[in-house]
Amino acid sequence: MEYWKLIGIAIIVVGFTLKFDVLAVVLTAGIVTGFVAGINFYDILTILGQSFVNNRLMSIFLIIFPVIAIIERYGLKERAGQLIGRIKNASAGKILSLYMVIRSIASALNIRIGGHVQFIRPLILPMSEAAAENSKCEKLTENQTDHLKGISAAVENYGNFFAQNCFPAASGVVLIQGTMAELGYDVTLQSIATAAIPIAVITVLLTFIQVWIYDKRLKKSIVKEKR
Amino acid sequence: MAELLQWTPEIFYSLCGLVSINAAVRALKNTKAKFGTFLFWLILGIIFIFGKIIPYMMTGVLLIFMGLLTVTHQVKMGEFAEIDETKKKEASERVKNKIFIPAALIGIMALVMSFVRIDGKPLDGATMIGVACLVSLSSAFIICKPKVKETREDTARLLMQVGAACLLPQLLGALGAVFTKAGVGEVIASIISSIFPTGNIVIGVLLYCLGMVIFTMIMGNGFAAFSVITVGIGVPFVIMQGGDPVVVATLGMTSGFCGTLLTPMAANFNIVPCAVLETKDKWTVIKAQIPMAIVLIIIHVVLMLTLAF
Repeated sequence: MEYWKLIGIAIIVVGFTLKFDVLAVVLTAGIVTGFVAGINFYDILTILGQSFVNNRLMSIFLIIFPVIAIIERYGLKERAGQLIGRIKNASAGKILSLYMVIRSIASALNIRIGGHVQFIRPLILPMSEAAAENSKCEKLTENQTDHLKGISAAVENYGNFFAQNCFPAASGVVLIQGTMAELGYDVTLQSIATAAIPIAVITVLLTFIQVWIYDKRLKKSIVKEKR
Repeated sequence: MAELLQWTPEIFYSLCGLVSINAAVRALKNTKAKFGTFLFWLILGIIFIFGKIIPYMMTGVLLIFMGLLTVTHQVKMGEFAEIDETKKKEASERVKNKIFIPAALIGIMALVMSFVRIDGKPLDGATMIGVACLVSLSSAFIICKPKVKETREDTARLLMQVGAACLLPQLLGALGAVFTKAGVGEVIASIISSIFPTGNIVIGVLLYCLGMVIFTMIMGNGFAAFSVITVGIGVPFVIMQGGDPVVVATLGMTSGFCGTLLTPMAANFNIVPCAVLETKDKWTVIKAQIPMAIVLIIIHVVLMLTLAF
């Protein structure tokens, strides 16, 4: 039965929904799927191990932790707060909008700036948090902070994902070209990169709207709390 | 030279491994789950450092052992003293705006490194980020003059806060490899094409875009979904109905990225950042992305219908 191969997906969905231990869920899904597809245990372990080692680049952010450890202990957030305090009318939304523009342009030019560990935690979040507290004139509530963290991380993803294919040699573009060529469609890298522009621009505009709404809500909450 | 370049990423992966082993040593001071936590970070460190030397099958066994540790709650966060707020203020007065130099150097150096060519080839990602970090770290030491002991302590705290989630991106990548080998994608594509008729452009575009979204959510990776869903749905349902292949495929890929915004399977984008930013709720990032993803999916469908036909 071919359909049994989908059991791994079911294990993931059920396991994640019921909040079982994530590592155990993922490993179980892999092993069970492998068994159902008739792959022997030795090969399953080899595939898991090999792919894990080859994907170490995904965890390269560990190497940045010591830097963050130092600059946070020596007052990074406090300083960011003071600096933003001097800029009039700075708001969390404006800072995030500016980051979105820079991040998207960099991404479209295949310049690797950005990252949650490299940029959001040490720079963008402290700055937007300070700006938000500034415009609110007091500390953010726990929920407001959490929401701001979510949006800051999201903006990093938006800029990263939707602008990257504007670069003709981006890995996504190369993959599209290769797949289409294999299917018998002769498409060029340049034409794919051009076709990727509209969605990149639309995503930047939509981001402006989302962060503008955050600013608005924050303003509203001030009025409410003051009543 | 080429031989040497092949091994430079290993140097930086080894440094990542040392960060992990640092946490392992710190775990010995844990009051709870001392030994399990120690083993967990130690093994991860070993895989980072010796990943290319240890047989892959053994790494697979080690991963399963780590899974057993987490499922039996043997991996815990340690206890750390809060950093004194007034001391932080004092330090901030002393260091002033120079504190931004190390923060900015990570990005700037990574950018500079991306222009470096050796024998006409760009450096690999690990070397780029690794060199940038070493430069940034040296500047942080010169500017802040921290005690090594407190830096080690803080680094261990940061890693333990991220916890087992830091393994997830790599592990999901490994799961994707098993799925591919097992032929999961082909099964899904064949189910969909047996249920829906071809010929209707609107249904075709909807199926392709949503197929990319859903399959990316399952695999946690738009690239993995792309070839499967494009072969199974994109070509028969959209392109063969007269859609422009360039526009259809390009928008298909980014529809998949909308799925990435919605899924915990894309742990490195959605779950790890929650740990890194220390959010209360580990779904915060996905929650912030849901409205954006929905709007973008609709826009993808509309754009594909208007631009590709």
